[in-house]
Amino acid sequence: MATPLVEMRNICKRFGGVQAVDDVSVDLYPGEVVGVLGHNGAGKSPLIKMLAGAYPCDSGEVYINGQKVTIETPRDARRHGIETIYQTLALADNLDAPANLFLGRELKTAFGLLDDDAMEHEARAVLHRLNPNFKNIKDPVKNLSGGQRQSVAIARAILFNAKILIMDEPTAALGPQETAMVADLIKQLKKEGIGIFLISHDLHDVFDLSDRVSVMKNGRLVGTRDTSKVTKDEVLGMIILGKLPEEETAEELAELH
Amino acid sequence: MTSEAEAGKLEHDATKAPAARGMALRLRPLEQVARLTGLDTRLLAMLGALVVIWLVFDFLTGGIFLTPRNLFNLAVQGSAVGIMATGMVLVIVARHIDLSVGSVLGFIGMSIAFLQVEVLPLGAAWNWPLTIVFGIGLGALVGLWQGIWIAYGGVPAFVVTLGGLLIFRGAAFEITDGRTVAPLDPVYQLLGGGIDGSIGATASWALGLVAVALLAFFTVKARGKRTRYGFPVKPLWAEVGMVVAWSALIIGFVMVMNAYPRPRTFEPRGIPVPVLILLAVVVFMTFAARFTKFGRYVFAMGGNPEAAALSGINVKRTTVTIFVVMGVLCAVAAVVTTARLNAGTNSMGTLAELNVIAAAVIGGTSLAGGLGTIPGAILGAVVMQSLDNGMLLLDVSTSLRSIVIGLVLIAAVWFDVVYNRGRR
Repeated sequence: MATPLVEMRNICKRFGGVQAVDDVSVDLYPGEVVGVLGHNGAGKSPLIKMLAGAYPCDSGEVYINGQKVTIETPRDARRHGIETIYQTLALADNLDAPANLFLGRELKTAFGLLDDDAMEHEARAVLHRLNPNFKNIKDPVKNLSGGQRQSVAIARAILFNAKILIMDEPTAALGPQETAMVADLIKQLKKEGIGIFLISHDLHDVFDLSDRVSVMKNGRLVGTRDTSKVTKDEVLGMIILGKLPEEETAEELAELH
Repeated sequence: MTSEAEAGKLEHDATKAPAARGMALRLRPLEQVARLTGLDTRLLAMLGALVVIWLVFDFLTGGIFLTPRNLFNLAVQGSAVGIMATGMVLVIVARHIDLSVGSVLGFIGMSIAFLQVEVLPLGAAWNWPLTIVFGIGLGALVGLWQGIWIAYGGVPAFVVTLGGLLIFRGAAFEITDGRTVAPLDPVYQLLGGGIDGSIGATASWALGLVAVALLAFFTVKARGKRTRYGFPVKPLWAEVGMVVAWSALIIGFVMVMNAYPRPRTFEPRGIPVPVLILLAVVVFMTFAARFTKFGRYVFAMGGNPEAAALSGINVKRTTVTIFVVMGVLCAVAAVVTTARLNAGTNSMGTLAELNVIAAAVIGGTSLAGGLGTIPGAILGAVVMQSLDNGMLLLDVSTSLRSIVIGLVLIAAVWFDVVYNRGRR
């Protein structure tokens, strides 16, 4: 098989007395969607935040296209083409959409000053593609609807030619139609060869979109399976029981319902 | 998604968005003016309040308040607080506070005076410029010291600058053991205003006209750029109206400053030097806040510190920079204050931190962070100075003055709270 886009090997992270991530290895290939599943507190968010550069890992290695890299800050992650859509969206509510889209990598004029017009121009183009009725883009983000805010967060991730996209509970706060929009977008980005990590605690949100699922429980990786080769019930068993499909008994699976 | 579903979702979005058309009809007139001119409604309300304050004082003082002489003095008295308030806006926007600015002013002012009078040779032409450079450098160092404790030490700004309030007030005393240092260099004194510390009628007019020309030029240029991009632009009348209103303010200001003659002559004073320094600081700081990465990051940190960090902004370094800027502005204010007093005293700037914070807050800077403008803070400083000056003219006692100003501060923030509640 080809070189993985991302390979995280033997990643560990400890917060105080809690081993949040314990020797976890996951990988992601171009054009692939990998669902990272687990209950709240299973360690999905810390694992993925280390890839996003929110904090460094204690031990373990990260490879991008087969090259070993060090990711310690969000800037490092962005440099390697990793973009993240956080569950909280991570928007500065007092700024408008263009300022949020370009936060940390502003366009500048020849004099080194902020080029707000150029940023607004690009922002209008990308937001129009995602949400054609998004007109009030000069309003502070706090005045926008939930769907519009989500559009801003997604636009920020895809504006800079991301190769690796991390989506943390991307549809948790959305209505059914907006969720469908996000699903369409994921399929489209997949076609463009972007690799996507989809983080969720809800199996049903990600099962149909994912090519593979990696399940975590209590900071450890339970296992990774192709979604075409397992049933939803078997994955549910991995999440709840922490056992691989071949270890699960019929009685245990029956008790899940 | 089907196109019908999409249309439904879009409609859903449109009704949720506050800028939707249905709401525009219900906007009050003040808000409509604000929307069209791009001004903050809160700022407009504050401007209205200032006009009322001025008219009431003018009536109560029998026409003394609104004389060129009093307005000239008001401008000179308010400039040190105004200079520091521009920096306090950034500090508060970034969710910090600086309680030390008054003490830092005192410490740097004393250092400058001591260096000028007792260390460097008196009368040397390079003496006073060197002391200013030294003072600015000292201000930057003080800011660096406090900023590092806050950003890298993790000590809350409230505590660090409360410590700074004590440290630098004590240091101001230590420099000469409490002795007042005077007199200062005659050229240096011009920076504080005073009889000769104004630029005269011709230069004032020239400056005013250049300001109007620049304003018109940049407005036309910005509008042209937005039109080229095909962005929506404000209605032409609103844009022209803004330029006319600002020009009238500038010209009016020049005329008032020129209407106050030097003693026993008909020679107009023109714009006082400390006010000129304040104006330069305001232009520079507004520019930094709105058109530089630094300014953008300060507001982003105030709006959502976590998002700012996740966007790759170096929050710690930006925090240190904010306090260095604040320290430099304290030094500039120290120059103006010592030059005006023609002395360095260890009590200079006592309680100035409260006036500076009040000016920023009255001018619409939110203590919750993320919101605030530099012109607003200047307006706040003018309101505070007007109240103080007007009550002084009315012979109101010091104690009663502080009671009134305290009440105004509470009322201003209450107004802010109510205003924000009404918008949610």
